[in-house]
Amino acid sequence: MRNLKAGQKHPVEFELNGRSVKGQAEPRMLLSDFLRHELGRTGTHVGCEHGVCGACTIRIDGRLARACLTLAAQADGTQVETIEGMAPQTGRLSVLQAAFRRHHALQCGFCTPGILMSLDTLLQQNPAAGEDEIRDVISGHLCRCTGYRQIIDAALEAAKSLQKETADA
Amino acid sequence: MKPPPLDYIRAFTTQDILSVLANAGSDTRILAGGQSLMAMLNMRLAQPSILIDIMHVGELTGVTIEHGKTVIPAAVRQAELAEWQGLSKTLPLLAQMMPWIGHAQTRSRGTVCGSIAHADPSAELPLALITLDGEVALRSRKRRRVVQAADFFSGTMLTCKEDDEFIEAVRFPVSDGKAGTAFREIGRRKGDFAIVSCAAIARGKSVRLGVGGVNDIPFIRDFDGLEVSGIPDALNELAWSLDARGDLHADARYRRELVRNLGAQVIGEALQCAT
Repeated sequence: MRNLKAGQKHPVEFELNGRSVKGQAEPRMLLSDFLRHELGRTGTHVGCEHGVCGACTIRIDGRLARACLTLAAQADGTQVETIEGMAPQTGRLSVLQAAFRRHHALQCGFCTPGILMSLDTLLQQNPAAGEDEIRDVISGHLCRCTGYRQIIDAALEAAKSLQKETADA
Repeated sequence: MKPPPLDYIRAFTTQDILSVLANAGSDTRILAGGQSLMAMLNMRLAQPSILIDIMHVGELTGVTIEHGKTVIPAAVRQAELAEWQGLSKTLPLLAQMMPWIGHAQTRSRGTVCGSIAHADPSAELPLALITLDGEVALRSRKRRRVVQAADFFSGTMLTCKEDDEFIEAVRFPVSDGKAGTAFREIGRRKGDFAIVSCAAIARGKSVRLGVGGVNDIPFIRDFDGLEVSGIPDALNELAWSLDARGDLHADARYRRELVRNLGAQVIGEALQCAT
């Protein structure tokens, strides 16, 4: 077994968006805080810190996770993906991100990184996702600006473009 | 909103878990998916000094069928169970309930046994375990024991698990495929805690109804020789017999109304797919 003592910092290492990263964390440090304060990746937002709002949603080993309900120590040795890894290159948005922009699917932008991670995961797993599946996934997030309609419109459009891309390929 | 200072122990074998629990049981909590415990730690509702992460224990992974029971070990995440090929055949009621457990974003991390250990009275998995006559396999360094679901839960977030024990697995009897099943729940938002949830299993004219979210422990009632015309009266009597209380989310009267309505719906659906 591996025992990390309270009150001391321990090395934590994982793959973040395809690159190996390292930092120091106390056992009680949340992954959300580790990403933001230790690694300086502030794309993952922190809202409620008890798993309800969804702002800190990321992927660990390919599955969705609330970074605020995960210890940095739990992420050691895993593959972590955050919003910083979504755009294909600097200055270019992913299909889903571009659809968000077109449909005004964000206003203040606080909830956006988490919602994008969830919808990106849904569309990867199920490119044929319709409004029911999209609404179901968004139920794991809170947005206080948009009323969700624009988010759903953006996701539907992104699904359509991604399906077309697959069909053309 | 940060966890208190604590030791984090990553266990790699069941023996690792048992030895830590034997030495420091009452001050220790098992960390599996963390979808209930981490929120409790962030809010300081739980303040253990040691966490044992059991998700790297190979012995606690993989759903199997043994002696007519579907065995779900402690490190099986809810999403893994939902994706398991055998689920809808061996546990059709649980398959119907899976999409209602938390959100996709929490099912991906949360474990089945973790939800049972947390024992939230409005959670779907404790309701499923009780309604389906499941059992909990507990283990400490000194002994192993198996507790029936009905005896395992002792109140809101309380169970009969001792401090030096951990849940090794939960087991559900495999369905014979002859019963009709149905599940429904009402919450403020899909994936939030259920205000009331109802599960039904029908065999001929015998119906079992499980109700979550009303009492401290999910409640079951067996109706034998139930005639369709008698359902409203039976449910009204049941609704009044439960310990419905008002809180921030719903008053007692609304909860009773949900028992009557959801109860009638799931019983109707279960009877229909049984025949």
